[in-house]
Amino acid sequence: MTALTRTIVLWCPDWPITAAVRARSLAADAPIALIDRGVVFACSATARREGVRRGQRLRDAQVRCPEIVVLPYEAALDSRAFEPVIEVIEQTMPGVQLVRPGMCAMRAQGPARYYGGEEEAALWLLDALGELGIHGSRVGVADGPFTAEHAARSTKRARITIVPEGTAAEFLAPMPLRVLGEATLATLLLRLGIGTLGEFSRLDSLDVEARFGGQGARLHALASGLDSQPVIPRVPPEELDGVIAFEPALDRVDQVAFGFRASADRFIQRLVAAGLVCTSIRIEIDSESGDISERSWLHPHSFTAADVVDRLRWQLQGSGTSDSGLSSGVTRVRVVPESVDAIGNHEQGLWGTGHDERIHHGLSRVQSMLGHGGVLTTAVGGGRTLRDREKLIPWGDREPAGKSATQPWPGQLPAPAPGTVFEAPLPAAVFAADDSAVDVDDRGILSAVPSRFSADNRTILPISAWAGPWPIAERWWDADTSRTANRFQVVDETGTAWLLVLEDHLWWAEARYD
Amino acid sequence: MSAAIDIFECMFEYGAMPPAAATLESPAPSGERVRELQARIRQMQATRLDTRIIPTHPALASLLPGGGLKEGATYSIDHSATLLMALLAGPSAAGSWCGVVGVPEFGVEAAQRFGIDLERLVLVPHPGDQWLGVTAAIADVLGVVVTRPPRRANDSSVSRLTARLRQRGATLIVLGPWPQSEAMLSLSESSWSGMGQGHGHLSARQVTVTVSSRVGRPRSARMWLPDPQGQFREVETVPYLQEAAG
Repeated sequence: MTALTRTIVLWCPDWPITAAVRARSLAADAPIALIDRGVVFACSATARREGVRRGQRLRDAQVRCPEIVVLPYEAALDSRAFEPVIEVIEQTMPGVQLVRPGMCAMRAQGPARYYGGEEEAALWLLDALGELGIHGSRVGVADGPFTAEHAARSTKRARITIVPEGTAAEFLAPMPLRVLGEATLATLLLRLGIGTLGEFSRLDSLDVEARFGGQGARLHALASGLDSQPVIPRVPPEELDGVIAFEPALDRVDQVAFGFRASADRFIQRLVAAGLVCTSIRIEIDSESGDISERSWLHPHSFTAADVVDRLRWQLQGSGTSDSGLSSGVTRVRVVPESVDAIGNHEQGLWGTGHDERIHHGLSRVQSMLGHGGVLTTAVGGGRTLRDREKLIPWGDREPAGKSATQPWPGQLPAPAPGTVFEAPLPAAVFAADDSAVDVDDRGILSAVPSRFSADNRTILPISAWAGPWPIAERWWDADTSRTANRFQVVDETGTAWLLVLEDHLWWAEARYD
Repeated sequence: MSAAIDIFECMFEYGAMPPAAATLESPAPSGERVRELQARIRQMQATRLDTRIIPTHPALASLLPGGGLKEGATYSIDHSATLLMALLAGPSAAGSWCGVVGVPEFGVEAAQRFGIDLERLVLVPHPGDQWLGVTAAIADVLGVVVTRPPRRANDSSVSRLTARLRQRGATLIVLGPWPQSEAMLSLSESSWSGMGQGHGHLSARQVTVTVSSRVGRPRSARMWLPDPQGQFREVETVPYLQEAAG
């Protein structure tokens, strides 16, 4: 049998709530519930006092506590918020294993010797967390991570629970079987008249193995306080972020971009030194007014320092021009690599990758003149109207998933497609032979034969051929995107054909076949 | 052995041979004919020695001066998106990248159906005041560039852009008039088929495409833009009808 590892487990109760409170700067005592798939995933102490519980439906939680703040649960936020906690712990004692966000395990031997006792070490740990503003966390010290975790979770008032060496079995004995986290086994054992870990551990280990297999034997060892799991410390990830703070705050885009240039260089150099290239970054910009602007940027190849500065400039600009001022001064810029790849996969061939690379540089230059959305590639998507079917994708971005063009889309226009699709439909007017306006009634019947039309409010052109109305009634169940219209194709006397749309008794020219 | 000597003789003879055209030409050609011939000579004499022709749609190639779109040349189109797409289809199908600057209403779906590869199509819908700079930057990297000047460009910037196009070997297609264009393409007598008074739908169109170049007489041809299958091709004239007519 392998030796048991004395383990310290640190547990921050309600970590998802703590993370949400810290990320959204909410009041610590507000009633908060995090909802995951319609049920309460975690709730704050205040909410719990009102009767909100884990696993409750959202509606039930709102009935018990009407003023509850409901937020969606984000697993990524938990991990991100726990990162600084781990860093602080690593400064106090090395070799931290992250069990899950909100809980981590350390080997007890080293810290106990350094700080002079396990309790002393645990106190130092709690102090370090207290400095970070995290209160109410608990520490358990025992043989093996399983026992230590349950020591930390013990309901005693003291925040530090130490289970002396060799007494793990006695400590665990009164606990119910469900702490093993194996529902089927627990039910079966209950039917056999075994209700606690102590009773389970009194069974013969060979019998348990014969009846329940390897998994059962492992749980039996846990229940007997013989948790042989070692603590595997994490390797602290390298710090690759590029951060720069501006004091005083800068309020012009070009100043910020210029000030960030050196940081961007260092950011890329650090990545290269680590043997990595970056294909996606996240830029966070803090402003004086307290706003944080966050956005992810992709790159078809890999980011260079100039590309990073460009992305920062575009993010600051929004829709403005490069020399426009900002609404509030920028105090801090942080760039985080979101996805990295080994540099070997992105090395250029011996003769360069030639053509494609050159095009990318040229188009990126135009993007730096006009902004990220200034240079577009296109694709044809699904839909019935011409604008729906046109997908415009900024150069360098991935094509967003959308409706597929290969589906039938009944009601779409017959081929050929018009060569000119107006950006915004032009107001038009269609007249019958007796100068009355042409309209379509609720039953889809045309009021008169169209004989003349105007698409520019100046010239009236006679219609030489026409077809329609082709009704389109889309998404009637959704008030925001529903659309009811009638389409017409008309040919004017010069031989140019038009696509006219009648919507809400108003005529529009949507496209021209020229 | 004697065959080889014959070849040598022919080689040396060739330089001294009088041009066949001069001997066969009628002694007193009319002024009109002379001008036309001179124009044809000028047309054949390229301004540069190594003007290369990029792949062009066969329907349009025969109309264009030189038998196709030239590298480094500028063409202008008078108000027709379909004609523009017909010009782009050839180079795009052959693997060229195409850039469209300042044409926000460019119909993407039509472009795809007419054979332009959307993977190699780049749109810059709103270049604003920087259209000339953007056009030049795009022409640096892409093979065919389409632009629509929002206003008349001054002569110096036009010649700078022309020099750049020639250096890079890019072809520029301008929507609207352009001072130094190789040829001007326009449409006339457009007639749609497939639609009547309240029935049917647009299916095909016949148009007369006219190409007027700086030199020579304008050439025109009747074309399907597009035909019922969505292709571009020349309208076949039925031979016996021609015989009957002339």
